[in-house]
Amino acid sequence: MAHDETSGTDVAATSSGAGGVSNTSGRAVEPSAAVSSASGGLAVMTTDGLSDPGIPPHRKRITDLDPKKAKGAQRAVYTLFYLSIAGSIFAIAAYMAFPINSDDPGSVRLNTVFLGLGITLALMGIGIGAVHWAKTLMHDEEGVDIRHPVRSSDETRARAVEIFHEGNVESGFGRRSLIRNSLIGALVAFPLPAVILFRGLGPEGESPSELLSHTMWKAGDRLTLDPSGLPVKASDVTIGSAFHIIPEGLNDAPDRLEQKAKAAVLLMRVNPSDLNVSAGREDWNYDGIVAYSKICTHVGCPVALFEQQTHHLLCPCHQSTFDVNNECEVIFGPAKRPLPQLPITVDGEGYLVARSDFLEPVGPSFWERS
Amino acid sequence: MARTSRKANRRHPLATVVLIAIGLAFTGGGYALFSSTATADSNVAASQATVEEGSKLFAANCATCHGMNLEGSAAGPNLLGVGAASVDFQVGTGRMPLAMQGPQAMQKPPQFTEEQTAALAAYVASLSPGPAVPTDSQIADTGDATNGGELFRINCAMCHNVAGAGGALTEGKFAPELTGVDSKYVYEAMLSGPQNMPVFNDHNITPEDKRDIITYLKYLQNNPSPGGFELGNLGPVAEGLFIWIFGIGAVVALTVWLTAKSN
Repeated sequence: MAHDETSGTDVAATSSGAGGVSNTSGRAVEPSAAVSSASGGLAVMTTDGLSDPGIPPHRKRITDLDPKKAKGAQRAVYTLFYLSIAGSIFAIAAYMAFPINSDDPGSVRLNTVFLGLGITLALMGIGIGAVHWAKTLMHDEEGVDIRHPVRSSDETRARAVEIFHEGNVESGFGRRSLIRNSLIGALVAFPLPAVILFRGLGPEGESPSELLSHTMWKAGDRLTLDPSGLPVKASDVTIGSAFHIIPEGLNDAPDRLEQKAKAAVLLMRVNPSDLNVSAGREDWNYDGIVAYSKICTHVGCPVALFEQQTHHLLCPCHQSTFDVNNECEVIFGPAKRPLPQLPITVDGEGYLVARSDFLEPVGPSFWERS
Repeated sequence: MARTSRKANRRHPLATVVLIAIGLAFTGGGYALFSSTATADSNVAASQATVEEGSKLFAANCATCHGMNLEGSAAGPNLLGVGAASVDFQVGTGRMPLAMQGPQAMQKPPQFTEEQTAALAAYVASLSPGPAVPTDSQIADTGDATNGGELFRINCAMCHNVAGAGGALTEGKFAPELTGVDSKYVYEAMLSGPQNMPVFNDHNITPEDKRDIITYLKYLQNNPSPGGFELGNLGPVAEGLFIWIFGIGAVVALTVWLTAKSN
C-alpha cells in the first residue's frame, strides 16, 4: 500500500516535472523542447517561427509569357480608351438630342439617363483602361526600397535651429516687440467680423427666445383654412374631420413662412365625451373641436397624421405619437412634451376664433426654454 | 367496316364542328340576351326594389356586426349617416365584408357585383341620409393639378406620401397607395373618412378642390418621375437599401479587382 503510494507520487512528480520542462523550454531552453517533442503527448513548443520570409518568387503573368495574350491585353486597353472617347462624344450628342422640355417631366429623365450614361462611359473607360494596363502590361517585378531613418543628422538639426535664429535677428521679430504685438492683435481681431455676421443671420433687434415663445395667434383671430385663408365655422367641422389651419391674415403677412412655421394648427373634432379635459382647460375646446399646434415638440416636424378612430396623432419623422383624447400627451416616441393646445371658441357669426396665443412656446426645446 | 365508313361519309367531316358552333352561338346569344334584359331591368327598376334587395343583402351579410337597423355593435360601428358614398367605397373596394378582425380592413377582390353594391348603398342611404356617390363630372380629371398638388401636400401627403405611394401609421395600420385607385373611390374616401382616415367634408375641401386633387393624382400616375427609377417612391428606406447593396457592392467589387494580381 505504502509502496504503491510512493510509486504513485513518483509518477506524478515526474510528469509534472516533464511538464515544467516543456513549459520553460518554450520560453528559453531550446534543446529540451526537442526532447519533449520526441517523447510525444506533451505540448510541442517550437522556436520563434517569425523570420523574414523574404520576397516570394516572382510569378510571371500570362501576358509576360504569351505575346498573343499581351497583344490581347493591349487591344483591350486601347479599346477602353476609344470607348471613353465615344462616351464623351455620346454625352455631347445626347445633351443636344434629348433637351429638357419644361412641359414634359419625362424629358428630364431621358436627358439625365443618356447624359449620365455617356459621362460614365467616358470616365469608367479611362479608369478601367488605366488599371487594366497597369495590371497586365506594365512592368511588375517586385522591388525593395529601404526606408530612410526619420531623424536628420546632427549637423542638419543644428543648422535648422541656426536658420530660425537668423530669421529672428534679420526680421527683428523678437527685438521690435511693437510690430510683433500689433500683428498678434490683428490676427486675433480678424475672425471677429465672422462672429458678428453670424449673429446677423438671426432676428435683428429682438431676442430669438422671445420670438420662439410667441406665435401670431391672438385673441379673436379667426381660424382659417390652409392655404385658402377662408374662415371655418364650427358647424362645418364634422366629427372625425381634420382641418389644416392657419391664422387669419397669415397669407398677407410679410414674413408669411416664418409665421406659418410657428402658427400652423391642426383642428379636429371628436366626440366630446371622449375628451379628458384637465382643470383650467375646460373652455379651450368647443363641443369636441380641439386645436393643437402642428409643430412636433421633438424636432419640429409637422404632426398631422390624425387617426380618426384611435384619436392618435403621429409624427412622420420619428414616430412620436400623441393622444388627442388626453390633451395630446406623448404615448410613444422621442417627444418629451405634449403638443401645445390653442384655446378656441366661436364668435357671434359662428366662426371659430382663438381665445389667445398658445400659452407655452410651440415646437422643440431651445436654449432658454426650461 | 365498309358500312361504317360509308355511314360516316354521309356527313361532311366538318358537320360536327358546325353543329357545336351553332349550339354554342344559340345558348351564348340567348344567355347574353337574357342577362342584358336583366341589367336593363335593374337600371329601370324602381328604387324601391333596389332598396328591398339591398335590405336582404344587408341582413344576410352586414347585420351581424352593424346591426339590423345600422345601430352597430361591439364588432362594428353604427352606419347612421354614413351615406351611399361610404358603402360604395367599403364594399366596392372589397374592404367590407371584413375577412377578419385586424389593425385595419384590407382591400381584396369585391364580394358583390356592382348592382349588389349599389343596392346595399341605396338601402343604407334610405335609412339615414348621408353623402351620395359622386357623379362622373365630380371625379373627372380635368381640374387644376397645381392647386390639387398644393392641397394634396397640405392635407394628404403626410400619410399617403407626397407621391401617393402610401405610408405607415401606428400599430400596424397604414395609409394605402393611391396610384391605380379608381377616382370614384378617392373621392368617396375623402368624403367619408374610411377607418382611421379623417373626414374631409365639402366645407374643408370643396368638390372642386377634390376634383383638383384627383387631377393631381392622375397627373402623377400618368407622368414618369423626372428622377428616374422611383424604387416605389418610398423615400430613404428603399433608396438607402438600394445604395447600400448595389453602390457599396460595386465599390467592394472594384476594390477587390484593383488589388488582385493579374493572371
